[in-house]
Amino acid sequence: MQELTLMLIRFAYLAVLWIFVLGAISVIRSDMFGARVGAGPAPTRREQKAAEKEAKKSRPTKPPRGTPSRVVVVDGPTAGESIPLDQLPLLIGRGPDAAIRLDDDYVSTRHARIGASNDTFYVEDLGSTNGTYIGSQRLTQATAIQLGTQVRVGKTTLELKK
Amino acid sequence: MTGYAPSREFVHRRRRGAELVLMLLALAVGIGAYAAVGLGVKGRVPADLVGYSGWLAALALGAHVVVRLTAPYADPVLLPVVTALNGLGLAVIYRIDLASRTSLSAKQLMWTTLGVALFAAVLLLLKDHRRLQAYTYTLGFAAVFLLLLPLVPGLGREINGARIWIGVGGFSFQPGEVAKVALVIAFAGYLVLHRDALALAGRRVVGIDFPRGRDLGPILAMWLVSLAVLVFQRDLGSSLLFFGLFLVMLYVATERPGWLIVGGALFGAGALVAYSLFPHVQSRVEGWLDPFGDTESFGQIVEGLYGMAYGGLVGRGLGQGEPWRIPFSYSDFIVAAVGEELGLTGMIALLLMFGLIVERALRTALICRDGFGKLVATGLGVVFALQVFVVVGGVTKLIPLTGLTTPFMSYGGSSMIANWVVIGLLLRISDQVRRPLPEARPLTADDATTVVRMR
Repeated sequence: MQELTLMLIRFAYLAVLWIFVLGAISVIRSDMFGARVGAGPAPTRREQKAAEKEAKKSRPTKPPRGTPSRVVVVDGPTAGESIPLDQLPLLIGRGPDAAIRLDDDYVSTRHARIGASNDTFYVEDLGSTNGTYIGSQRLTQATAIQLGTQVRVGKTTLELKK
Repeated sequence: MTGYAPSREFVHRRRRGAELVLMLLALAVGIGAYAAVGLGVKGRVPADLVGYSGWLAALALGAHVVVRLTAPYADPVLLPVVTALNGLGLAVIYRIDLASRTSLSAKQLMWTTLGVALFAAVLLLLKDHRRLQAYTYTLGFAAVFLLLLPLVPGLGREINGARIWIGVGGFSFQPGEVAKVALVIAFAGYLVLHRDALALAGRRVVGIDFPRGRDLGPILAMWLVSLAVLVFQRDLGSSLLFFGLFLVMLYVATERPGWLIVGGALFGAGALVAYSLFPHVQSRVEGWLDPFGDTESFGQIVEGLYGMAYGGLVGRGLGQGEPWRIPFSYSDFIVAAVGEELGLTGMIALLLMFGLIVERALRTALICRDGFGKLVATGLGVVFALQVFVVVGGVTKLIPLTGLTTPFMSYGGSSMIANWVVIGLLLRISDQVRRPLPEARPLTADDATTVVRMR
């Protein structure tokens, strides 16, 4: 083996060794300065997406764009049912005259009403026994709702959708 | 040990991709060294290069996959650095094999495989390092038992003047290497419970808090154990390692420099007594102060120094030096062999890699939220630091030479598997501490059935 080749191998190997060491150091460096500093733990893209989804579900503070066109029963005995919003106001209840008829023992016969004025939708409790809730708040007056706001009636959850 | 807690907002990333890239580079270091040794010694790449690199790559990537599955948030640097050191060590042992017609590298590869298997077992079986705290005393007694094992007649073996091996079947094993891991955990478990008594009681002399007399029990016990290792097993290195480890952990747990002074005084006294009583200690000191005065007895140190001088700044090149001249250049003096063939440039890279391991261990300890984990991580880091300091210091004539293995590089199965277990434990702790805290959601009455409010 030629002297020159051996010398090249020698220096090439030292270079590989140092590239490794410097690589390790740069990973440590980016580990120090690259960590995300956020309000809550959102360490990976995947988890961040999941968190966003969660946020959309539970605290819809940011209004999503678009006008709602129907009410959907997202949870409860009649989950999956969808009622168009063309004939307002919509009566929610267990009675035969309700537009959204819920087969739910905790819902009153005439429980609540969804109405609209100036492109804003309202939900109003009609003196029901178990109340109408948005989040943990029991409604005492007509309250504006948006796309994605979850309204709980008895064991049923309703939501406005596009 | 202050109650430093990382700010709630600092979120670590997983960094498994970075680890994979570093892993590939580490494999290049290991396999490149193997190929360069073949080229340097025989003028062609080793015949089994493909099989060898395949095996090494399978081990490395296997370890990476285990980390990915069981410890996704673990430190991204530790595993690649260890892989690189292990690969380089294997290549240097192979290089000495070629010169002295032995087959240690094949055995070492087998030990490496076993080590990686144990590493994976630690990560798979141990889900939370805090479980180990329950075994404080069990592990403490196991460590003492293991340390005493080589003294059992018939079982213990004396090799090169030190009685630290046991022989079972055809294998010889150094129980002390396993004992050091058990000792770290036992010390941590003990100190985390008793550190308040050790830290608060005491009197102040010249501005430094000294501990109470009755709290000296454990440190005296540890001192006696270290002295016993020194006297009965004639193993200077392990004795120094155990005592130094205990001292540093005590200091970290109590934040009191008084312990260091007491411990240093005890160490000094022990060393002086040992020096005046035991000829093997005297000869070590003599070899440290003036190795060239008696090149017959201290040929190893002299050859090592000449080897490193011959290597110079950039080394002779792998396979181009004469490291077989140094006795035990495959174990205790492997650092001298690296110095000869890779030069100062390679040596600095090597020491930096060991430094990175220690740094990552201490970093893990810093951000750890529980005292036990902090102490275990510190202890494991200190084991590495002390071991490398004692070995490299001895080889380079900075301190008297004491026999200890260079972690991941020296030939020796016990050391190899013990160190892989150490890395497994470190990764487990770092996974725990880098994992983002579970989100504390405020309780709301949102969940359908909740009507009763607690407040």
